[in-house]
Amino acid sequence: MVKGKEEARKAASKMLSSEVRGEPVSKVMVSHYVEVEQELYLSLTLDRSAASPVFLACPQGGVDIEETAKTNPKAIVEERVDLIVGFTKSEGEGIAQRLSLPKELHSTFASICSGLYSLMTDLDADLVEINPLALTPDHQLVALDAKVILNDEALYRHPEFRNRESTPALGSEFERFAQGKGVKLVDLGGNIGIIGNGAGLTMATIDLIKTSGGAPADFLDVGGGASAEEFERCLSVLLDYPRVKLILINIFGGITRCDDIAAGIREALSKHATRKRMLVRLVGTNEAKGREVIDSIPDAEIESFVSADEAAHRAADLAREEP
Amino acid sequence: MTILVDADTRVVVHGITGKQGNFHTKLMKDYGTNVVAGVSPGKGGQEIWGVPVYDSAKEAIRAGNANTSILYVPAPSASRASLDAIEAGVKLLVIITEGIPPLDTMRVIAVARSKGTRVVGPNCPGIISPGSSKVGIMPAEAFSRGATGIMSRSGTLTYEIAWAMTKAGLGQSTVAGLGGDAVTGTNFIDALTLMKQDPETTGVVIVGEIGGDDEERCAEFIADTSFDKPVIAYVAGRSAPSEKRMGHAGAIISGGHGDYESKVAALSEAGAQVAERPSDITRLAKSMFR
Repeated sequence: MVKGKEEARKAASKMLSSEVRGEPVSKVMVSHYVEVEQELYLSLTLDRSAASPVFLACPQGGVDIEETAKTNPKAIVEERVDLIVGFTKSEGEGIAQRLSLPKELHSTFASICSGLYSLMTDLDADLVEINPLALTPDHQLVALDAKVILNDEALYRHPEFRNRESTPALGSEFERFAQGKGVKLVDLGGNIGIIGNGAGLTMATIDLIKTSGGAPADFLDVGGGASAEEFERCLSVLLDYPRVKLILINIFGGITRCDDIAAGIREALSKHATRKRMLVRLVGTNEAKGREVIDSIPDAEIESFVSADEAAHRAADLAREEP
Repeated sequence: MTILVDADTRVVVHGITGKQGNFHTKLMKDYGTNVVAGVSPGKGGQEIWGVPVYDSAKEAIRAGNANTSILYVPAPSASRASLDAIEAGVKLLVIITEGIPPLDTMRVIAVARSKGTRVVGPNCPGIISPGSSKVGIMPAEAFSRGATGIMSRSGTLTYEIAWAMTKAGLGQSTVAGLGGDAVTGTNFIDALTLMKQDPETTGVVIVGEIGGDDEERCAEFIADTSFDKPVIAYVAGRSAPSEKRMGHAGAIISGGHGDYESKVAALSEAGAQVAERPSDITRLAKSMFR
């Protein structure tokens, strides 16, 4: 809290030269001072197991809300929304009542809830959160901070947010490096590069390497039906990134064809001078054809596997040998 | 008897003229699935692999006397196509499409519930009752007829597990790919309820993933209903970093569920045998399902 322009300037410039969780602060929000009698919590999010949006509210808001939810779950008011009927004002007033808000504020509170609901459904938000929602001594409700998470999959119908996507990319250096080449991966910090198809199979591969004592470098799922070009792009990222010492490819061909993957490997290697040891497990659709292509690649250090367990074991052993 | 799909399943393919719809119509027919009609707005009147194509879901479902729909249409039109299929009265709707916004999926599920339609998916490989019917995109060679029911949130990992079991002589009654999205029409409990009633299924394999609380709820169901068939479970994502995308609300709603430890603890307590690696499932099944 500051008084006057000069103090505000000083405080802001201090903030702007600081870091929060490793990220430099680039913007400061200034808001006028509000006297607070009570801090509430109010959000609307997606309850995935109930397959409906849900309001979460609590008379004690603020930074400790997660702790409150843990220690005193009864303090959290939940209200699910029927998507066919929509959200009604009386439901909003019901939440206000359960929060023990003064009667004259019930209608205002219900309007805030309706606003959150419109925001979620109009913008395809996964989360709309006001925390804290302040109750002032003169009985006004004021949003002191808010957070909105938009759904990535719905961005296609929101051209208004398209420019926002170009804000500086978050993530580790490795993740940004991959993103620059059009590849989405999750940095796991280790030195064994991993490519799989399907999130479950890729996660299982990572788990196998971990239990074998290896350190996975990344999670990279090429998805279903990857073409040779797409696969080549993914592999190039792992070949180019220096921290990756060797690469394990685990593909179970369904829609994805093993010969396409093998062609992608051949292409990537023909364009790269860097050679890294590669452990390849290709099974399923067009498996034999795939192996033929792999065997025809000149001077590459490729080992083929049928068992995922053995491939992961070997990868962990090799990574230990190489410093 | 099998669950969800069998010889009486009559399928309409939505998005039959698209690349995926076309390709998989052929594969489903080759497998022996009764594909009775296709939908592609503006492209009615033609035939694809001998299957008549109609402009609307209503026409296709009526003409083919269909009870099941499978959706290959792109995400932006998937919600509309789903509602059309439900409106036309199919009993089972399998949504293969990935990338459907969760609010759209939630609306489809809400309408489906009110009309008595079961939704499987989205973002799923579909369902196969080996030797009888395949309504999905899974590679047929990985599966063989038998007595194990498999339910899964993953695609390729399911093929991997079924393939290993098939090679070991352990066939499957029904394999249900429930989908990788956070919001799906059919969850583990729903599938388990069906498998409980199916005399052909003598053991169940559950293939879970980190995130959400479907595995924990399923474990509770196994314990509460004294589920009387042996269960083997595998949960992928043991070493994945925890994701904190949903702000405070995400933490509140998940109530401490969602990570590997929570799922494995719940499943073990309920009496399921938890496999450390996918390859352990076959070994466990050999001793438990006989």
